[in-house]
Amino acid sequence: MATLKNLPNKTLAGVKAALFVLGLIPVFKLAYGAYADSLGANPIEKITHVTGYWTLTFLLITLSATPLRRLTDWSWWIRLRRMLGLFAFFYGCLHFLAYLVLDQFFDWDSIAKDILKRPYITVGFPAFLLMIPLAITSSDAMMRRLGGKRWRLLHKLVYPCAIGGVVHYWWLVKKDLTNPIAFAVLLALLLSVRAGHWLVNAH
Amino acid sequence: MKPYKVPPIKSSEITPKELFDARRKFMQMAGGAGLAALLPAAVWAGDKLPDIKRSAYNVAEALTPFKDVTQYNNFYEFGTGKDDPAAKAGRLKTRPWTVTVDGAVNKPKVFDIDELLKLAPLEERIYRLRCVEAWSMVVPWVGFSLAELIKRVEPTGNAKFVELVSLHDPAQMPGQKSAVLEWPYREGLRIDEAMHPLTLLTVGLYGEVLPNQNGAPIRIVVPWKYGFKSAKSIVGIRFVEKQPVSSWMKAGPAEYGFYANVNPDVDHPRWSQAKERRIGEFLKRKTLMFNGYADQVGQLYAGMDLQANF
Repeated sequence: MATLKNLPNKTLAGVKAALFVLGLIPVFKLAYGAYADSLGANPIEKITHVTGYWTLTFLLITLSATPLRRLTDWSWWIRLRRMLGLFAFFYGCLHFLAYLVLDQFFDWDSIAKDILKRPYITVGFPAFLLMIPLAITSSDAMMRRLGGKRWRLLHKLVYPCAIGGVVHYWWLVKKDLTNPIAFAVLLALLLSVRAGHWLVNAH
Repeated sequence: MKPYKVPPIKSSEITPKELFDARRKFMQMAGGAGLAALLPAAVWAGDKLPDIKRSAYNVAEALTPFKDVTQYNNFYEFGTGKDDPAAKAGRLKTRPWTVTVDGAVNKPKVFDIDELLKLAPLEERIYRLRCVEAWSMVVPWVGFSLAELIKRVEPTGNAKFVELVSLHDPAQMPGQKSAVLEWPYREGLRIDEAMHPLTLLTVGLYGEVLPNQNGAPIRIVVPWKYGFKSAKSIVGIRFVEKQPVSSWMKAGPAEYGFYANVNPDVDHPRWSQAKERRIGEFLKRKTLMFNGYADQVGQLYAGMDLQANF
């Protein structure tokens, strides 16, 4: 297991490249579907749902890097985290653009009303905004400029962001809560692992 | 001893061969006809419906393609995804099928589906369909006014509302294995809404027998209300004195009212109702009051607070 614990740089680069390709599959599938006109009767709804689903999925995978490192004692999970987080941001941007352009077509009045009146958008919109500073400060240079301590503090914003995302999903569903519950349970698990660790270390 | 002689058969007792054959043929035909009478000439999904009249109730808007009308459905009895009904409604058996019409009526009756198909002349009516999720379609339905059926059972003075009950059978409707809604699906109309000529007892679309995923064998369509008001795969029509509680009212009383009239000024907590996306179009269009049927139905709600009676 020594090899798994400390993955050689070359192997890690391979893992990252594979992950990058995997992460793009959902967007390629959507693009092909749009081209082949196979996204169903309401393609805009489909694009919005799929990009939202992958935003949350990548957020949860990103949040699982730390617990996985502790569980396995393999340090390289953390070295995949930035790419996973950026994928979450990428799908979040596509999700937001799908709403802004395809769904509302820049109808600012209607968008403002949505943000004020529809609870799932009231919580979803700031959750998306929170991802922006995290993405901007994701580079090594920004990490250095901010300093480790401040950078880590800033990146704790991922917690309200993920919670907001899951609540957003929960509140938008008309009746069948199966998927939102699955996301909420996973998120609660990931957060409680952290809470447990924090409690143990604090005492 | 006299030799036995076969008595000669009287010529009057002999059936001529032609007559014998003719009788035989007659018996065969009668038997066949009897059998045919026992087997009703049922029509099945995909079959063309015969003798459809054109109705005056038609909107002059582009029809939503058959494929979209039959592949994009909300029919939670088969699952909560829009693709589920088309994928999972194959096991629904639409024959034999009966609709029990009872309650506050002088002539309660159990109608057989094939009897219902012939109750009144079938008409094609092109209606807008508006879903509470803010998408819409234009569908050429086939059926006749629900009023035709109601007249035949003679509602009494106590019949203030009509409750519509859909089939409850998880073996045929896999979505009912989960309790997303309270089964059977129930909907209701005020008696004057049910009697309105626009309210359609629907048995087909696009000239064909209603596909299972669209509510076969019989559903209603109330074009000025959100889609969920149109109960599908109906097995019971009950005339009652008190306002029925629909499945959606039970699921979310603050979100789904009894009336569910299409109204651009009254929002749903999740969807603004001011605009809608017509399936197949990119830009949203403005939603019309009562889905564009205000001239026909507006007077039904005169003096009512539509914010409260949503």
